[in-house]
Amino acid sequence: MEALVNQLPIGLSIGAVLLLVALGLTFTFGQMGVINMAHGEFIMAGAYTAFLLQDLLLALPAAFLVAGLMGLILERAAIRHFYGRPLDTLLLTWGVSLVLQQLARDLFGAPNVQVAAPPWLTGAIGILPYNRLFILALAVAGVVAVWAYLGHTRQGRRTQAVVQNRQLAATSGIDTGRVDMLTFFIGSGLAGVAGVALTLIGPVGPALGTYYIVDAFLVVVAGGLGQLRGAVLAAAGLGLLNSYAEFWSDASLAKVIVFAAVIAFLQVRPQGMFVLRSRALT
Amino acid sequence: MIRKHLPFATIAVLALVAAPLLLEPFRLSLLAKYLCYAIVALGIGLAWGQGGMLTLGQGVFFGLGGYSMAMYLKLAEGGGLPDFMVWSGVEELPALWTPFANPVFALGMAVLGPVAIAVVLGTLVFRQRVRGAYFAILTQALAAAMVILLVGQQGLTGGTNGMTNFFDLFGADLAADSTQRGLYLVVAGVLGVLYLATRQLVNSRFGRLLVAVRDGEDRVRFLGYNPATVKTVTFAASAGMAGLAGALFVPVVGIISPALLGVVPSLELVVAVAVGGRHALAGAVLGAVLMGYAKTAFSEQFADGWLYLQGALFILVMTLAPKGIAGILGRWRSARAT
Amino acid sequence: MRIPHAILSGVLVISVAACSGTQSGTAPSEAAGGSEIKVGLLHSLSGTMAISEVTVRDAELLAIEEINKAGGVLGKKLVPVVEDGASDWPTFAEKATKLIRQDKVATVFGGWTSASRKAMLPVFERYKALLWYPVQYEGLESSPYIFYTGATTNQQIIPGLDYLKEQGKKKIFLVGSDYVFPRTANKIIKAYAAANGMEILGEEYTPLGHTEYSTLVNKVTQAKPEAVFNTLNGDSNVAFFKQLKSAGATAESMPVLSVSIAEEEVKGIGVDNIAGQPVAWNYYQTTDNPANTAFVKAFKDTYGQDKVTSDPMEAGYNAVYLWAEAAKKAGTVEVEAVKKAAGGIALERPEGLVTIDGETQHMYKTARIGIVQPDGLIKQVWDSGKPIKPDPYLKGYPWASGLAQG
Repeated sequence: MEALVNQLPIGLSIGAVLLLVALGLTFTFGQMGVINMAHGEFIMAGAYTAFLLQDLLLALPAAFLVAGLMGLILERAAIRHFYGRPLDTLLLTWGVSLVLQQLARDLFGAPNVQVAAPPWLTGAIGILPYNRLFILALAVAGVVAVWAYLGHTRQGRRTQAVVQNRQLAATSGIDTGRVDMLTFFIGSGLAGVAGVALTLIGPVGPALGTYYIVDAFLVVVAGGLGQLRGAVLAAAGLGLLNSYAEFWSDASLAKVIVFAAVIAFLQVRPQGMFVLRSRALT
Repeated sequence: MIRKHLPFATIAVLALVAAPLLLEPFRLSLLAKYLCYAIVALGIGLAWGQGGMLTLGQGVFFGLGGYSMAMYLKLAEGGGLPDFMVWSGVEELPALWTPFANPVFALGMAVLGPVAIAVVLGTLVFRQRVRGAYFAILTQALAAAMVILLVGQQGLTGGTNGMTNFFDLFGADLAADSTQRGLYLVVAGVLGVLYLATRQLVNSRFGRLLVAVRDGEDRVRFLGYNPATVKTVTFAASAGMAGLAGALFVPVVGIISPALLGVVPSLELVVAVAVGGRHALAGAVLGAVLMGYAKTAFSEQFADGWLYLQGALFILVMTLAPKGIAGILGRWRSARAT
Repeated sequence: MRIPHAILSGVLVISVAACSGTQSGTAPSEAAGGSEIKVGLLHSLSGTMAISEVTVRDAELLAIEEINKAGGVLGKKLVPVVEDGASDWPTFAEKATKLIRQDKVATVFGGWTSASRKAMLPVFERYKALLWYPVQYEGLESSPYIFYTGATTNQQIIPGLDYLKEQGKKKIFLVGSDYVFPRTANKIIKAYAAANGMEILGEEYTPLGHTEYSTLVNKVTQAKPEAVFNTLNGDSNVAFFKQLKSAGATAESMPVLSVSIAEEEVKGIGVDNIAGQPVAWNYYQTTDNPANTAFVKAFKDTYGQDKVTSDPMEAGYNAVYLWAEAAKKAGTVEVEAVKKAAGGIALERPEGLVTIDGETQHMYKTARIGIVQPDGLIKQVWDSGKPIKPDPYLKGYPWASGLAQG
């Protein structure tokens, strides 16, 4: 019974990890419709930033900048030529992700590297260790920041305007190119932050990104494109489902159950939990 | 008429006569492997290039075909339980395996199994108007789930190892060069027939409808057609091709494992199609063969560089030549014609 | 849209010509004649397994270089032909075929995962070529064309269990990655436990590459075992130990005995997370004998002072020497003659005396339990005293009789 109760906070903390890796995608995929397969490698870049600095608090803003700049370069150099062709971007960014993985291997070596966890994160409250709580807090802070940015800053409102109707926004005098750039910078930067957090619980190596990318997309798809509350609910739901499914069966089956649940859910709500209403046809 | 078919005939003669004569047995069976991939690519070309459905899960269908064939080959050996079951501690043959002792059933399942799954999935998904990126991610998740499922059922599927160590096919020694040459001819023949059939399909009324669905699904719906049916049929056809390719792949290469049908190999084939030219069926075939060859050649020459090269190739093709090699050649030809 | 067929056929002609060109360009090397002997090295240099396998390749290259410096084999220099298995089992089979048929190598050193060995096995048996496989594995195999220089189960798993039993650990929890080695190992462990009055409290598998261990850690800590037997592989170990540590488990209260974590892996996991935990192998960098001092020095001088040596690296390094010794004894590199000559060859290696068992083509090896030290190295705390005779089918253990038919 105790174990059963323990699974609840565990599920939420799994959800927090999912949310953190998916938060950046709600920007790049959700707001801009860009399927960025290199998102996982931006997470990896964040983790390596933490490795280079070996200081968690310093690494958070640094990783945001590093991954954000990588995203900015990618957007300016390639992706901006691909708006309106989401499937092509998918393939393009997959190529980028391959190159980045090999680059990490050449720069840092193939073996995993070590990031020392700060001493103040050792310990636990109940079943949840401090480092899990830290991730939970970081996820909450991320969501609040994103919500505040989108809803309560001038730039954020511009972003939303561009998402809802690009042409109209452009004719209203919004520099859509600038908005795209900034959106991609923030989305990629959030991936970097997630990468720093992941060093607390997982391996830091060239393959890091590949472990999280599919899950991250599932969260965004299940939550609904560009829907912050959808992503939060989806991440929590999938985290809890994963935690209980694994508790009653095993880790392999739990993954399959989660996949099946998302596919089944899309049958009921093909566009995810929340849908951005639009009059556009296709 | 003759002019129109001459180029195809040239390639056919070249592939069926010249290659077996010119190539060493080892290289010939590599070419046979590329041609298996080309069959999958043909299906992707149909579904994606013509129908606009970017499927990132063709590996699932390829794997179903491959595993069906592998199960038959394992059972045809005789001598009791398949080797991997012995070391997995399985005592008797699982019921699921029994019908696969029949080659007709195994081959049938290799094609019809994928078709059935594609029909069910397609009906559900397309009816709900799931498309574009959503469809792509859904099929990708399917591939990921399939791999986990196969790996988890070690006693039934051989786990991560998959199945290997096959000895004969319909009584012929699989290791013999003559068998491998025969297999090559079969693969090349199947590819040729499927290519002609697919081209026929694309040029038919159905093919035009498919392109119309790709370019304006809602308009097609307003015209009174049901795009879901058109897409489902196409998706099923491409799944069947992938399944058949998997079934041919196993005797040619001698192994099937979850690594062959996950997210990465599925994506690699899509990329091959993009490189060859997604809108031209021949481009898809060409892309698969060239990428297969490039992978072998580069990993033999400088192993570390393959990922860079593959990545760079993708980025270049997508940014500079989105219509792939076929697009470049087509432009070149029309420029020359004027 | 229309396909320029004529051009396509041109491309095909060129590619066919290129294919045939590649192989006519390579002069068939004589395995026996000439002044060189080609040997193949086939490991993953890219993909997930590259982390581990590159180090084994380096050790094998070092052995080849040393042998060449000392005059080569039968008066000829060894020339390594390196191929990339790319962490992909079918690629291993393809590259093995290439090494045998096109490069005509005298022997191949290669593989790491069981899956890659299983994929290569039919190729080597078909062409009657020789493979030297350098990693501990799950046993239940004895191919006439493979020499196994790593431990089989009775030289690693069973000694590990003996150690836990000696320590008075009776309640064990099993954690492993979902593939053939952990599943087979756990079958053996369960049979051993049944025969030795131990209790298995749980058995859990996670997919390869799995990184979310909070649920599993919860299951383990709730079951309150006295020890955990860990057969996780690769990156999963990093996540598992980090999350186990942060859940408050310590090596004193609940030791986790690992069989896939060597010196190289300790660095990536983080010494803090694993210090004090036991591991089971046949060799450590700290193993004390002159051959090892020389090996560690040579390795560091060649590849860098910060490098470590580990059991699979040592087994790969040994494989080259053992093959060279067999070839010298046979007076030829011809496969059947080498196989015949190999039985009974005994060499002092970094891990101590290694003898080839002619019947199973496995090695006599000394089992060692070590504890991970705060400096990242592993200190031996227990050994089997003398090299253990390899028994891949566990025929010498009555309790294992039901595990597998020969």
